[in-house]
Amino acid sequence: MITVGIDVGSITTKAAVVEEERLKTVEVQPTGYDAQKAAGSVFEAVLERLQLKQDDIQSVVATGYGRNSVSFAEKAVTEITCHAKGAHFIDPAVRSVIDIGGQDSKVIRLNENGKVLDFAMNDKCAAGTGRFLEVMARALDIDLVRFGAMSLQAQAPASISSMCTVFAESEVISLISKGEQRENIVAGIHDAIAARVVSMAKRVRIEAPVMMTGGVAKNEGLVRALEQRLDQEIQIAETAQTMGAIGAALLF
Amino acid sequence: MGSGNPDTEKERRKIKSVKQMKDIMTEYYIDAKTAEETGKKVAWITSGGPVEPLIAMDVIPVYPENHGAMIGASKMGVDLCEKAEEMGYSRDLCSYAMADIACATVNGGPIGGLPKPDMLVCSTNICGTVLKWYEVQARYFKVPLFILDTPFCHTEFTEEARQYVRKQFDEYTRFLEKACGTSFDYDRLQAVGKCSLEGQRLWQAVLDTCTHKPAPMSAFDAFFHLALIVTLRGKQVTVDYYQILLAEMNQRIADQISAVPDERIRLLWDNLPVWYRTRWLSEKFASAGACLVADTYTSAWCAATKYIDENNFLDSMAESYTRIYLNIGVDEMAKSVLQMVDKYAVDGFVMHSNRSCKPYSLGQYDIQKIVQKERGIPTLMLEADMVDERKFSESQIETRIDAFMEML
Repeated sequence: MITVGIDVGSITTKAAVVEEERLKTVEVQPTGYDAQKAAGSVFEAVLERLQLKQDDIQSVVATGYGRNSVSFAEKAVTEITCHAKGAHFIDPAVRSVIDIGGQDSKVIRLNENGKVLDFAMNDKCAAGTGRFLEVMARALDIDLVRFGAMSLQAQAPASISSMCTVFAESEVISLISKGEQRENIVAGIHDAIAARVVSMAKRVRIEAPVMMTGGVAKNEGLVRALEQRLDQEIQIAETAQTMGAIGAALLF
Repeated sequence: MGSGNPDTEKERRKIKSVKQMKDIMTEYYIDAKTAEETGKKVAWITSGGPVEPLIAMDVIPVYPENHGAMIGASKMGVDLCEKAEEMGYSRDLCSYAMADIACATVNGGPIGGLPKPDMLVCSTNICGTVLKWYEVQARYFKVPLFILDTPFCHTEFTEEARQYVRKQFDEYTRFLEKACGTSFDYDRLQAVGKCSLEGQRLWQAVLDTCTHKPAPMSAFDAFFHLALIVTLRGKQVTVDYYQILLAEMNQRIADQISAVPDERIRLLWDNLPVWYRTRWLSEKFASAGACLVADTYTSAWCAATKYIDENNFLDSMAESYTRIYLNIGVDEMAKSVLQMVDKYAVDGFVMHSNRSCKPYSLGQYDIQKIVQKERGIPTLMLEADMVDERKFSESQIETRIDAFMEML
């Protein structure tokens, strides 16, 4: 039995193909303005790569913000349930998931079967999410890929107190003009996000082992800041960004 | 259940008393809006304010908060809030206050504004905002304002507190005598008090029907039927109506008519409704087989009955108007939430973190923790506002509710 999970996020759309409890392939593409089109595009991409036809697929489950706009999906499941399922599939020992995506961040506590026990999500403000990091990277004129590694070189993280994306950006600009080192500013940004996520984590009484999922898990600077604040090691799977799609593929 | 023609099925599920309730409210607002012509006096009063003395003096009580709910439900809140912001008020203020202050200047909203007040009555038992709000309106309308200050009851109601509040009721009756130009009728107050208590007991009995599985009505219905116990508490019409409503609920139980078809999940709601989204939320929960069988909000108008002395209404008002849900400590609130969790046998707890209502929303994280620890049921926090739609993000809320339902 072959199943597909499609995760339509605010920045990227992901697909995962699972056959008999084995992950066959994943695909990531920018969502752009047309979520339906992006979903179709990642679906075609994985089918082509595995040389499959649509008829070979027994089930398609959609998740993410655009989950209800995927017309060829049999059902829609929230990314909270999907990330928990995906993380559990990669490592059944995992009891908590920190998922930071494009426009929201969540902390999920799960049981030994991968079922969600409790979760907390950021409030309406998008600070501390992927989009927040994009804005900051642009303000600092740094490529987002280098952003994470850069903060590891910081001598003394700068203090970023504002949690509104726009205000934090002006804080960053004012730090730049004061001549603060970029490394320190980046580390300060990561620390501010970590503080926010950790308060959510405490609220759901986070339990080890902890896995981080979502595109922002690729940012090692933020992962380090989270580990320090949580005083706990965080696992990062190779498939962190596509974990929601993997979970969706398993929830047929 | 669930079979047959969907239209007839929907019709069967409708609460039939609704029409009568609408008529009563229409008549009430017509009375209030024509008070000037009929020579009656109008008092604006806060939702937790002592209304019985007004009724005893034939003053028509009008509730800016009930009006605020109507503004919210008609999706006219954003316009009025923006108007208040233009006037210089901060958008962090209570949206009821903002909508009311703005509405008074333009006679906007679904009923073209409230009738001009002859006096204002404000009790601080629900929040501190009402104090400034009513001061603003007293200046705007140039009318006298009576303030009933109720000390916060962290755990208990002290003798000092009783004397302090009781004394203010004497000031209140003198205030009314002056405003109405007649002497206060204490016998009448006693009779109105009895009627008020009867109305509150009946309202509680209506809410209690939801202990039945499946519940014959939901909190969304209660949000609507609540209007009478708020605005016409102490009037015979309220007693009569709730008797009819109670009979209908009992009949629904007998006929196995539930608020939500195939009720699978029972939930408790906390805080004010999201007035402009009640239908959306109601359908969202119902589509997952979930019924909000009880809420902390509508029960606030009958939770203090234990402090009312039927034979000495005046004296007992000090306690019954001070020990209300929003004027007690977080531990006390949590206790009452836990009682509701047990009484209505709920599977989950949904909390509306209401940007407008600080006293209601402040202790929610603690109450959430206490409920999780003591009863082990899942909880959900939704961030929104009762009137200001700008504080509502549909996709965020939808994801939270969907995930909560998947969890249950």
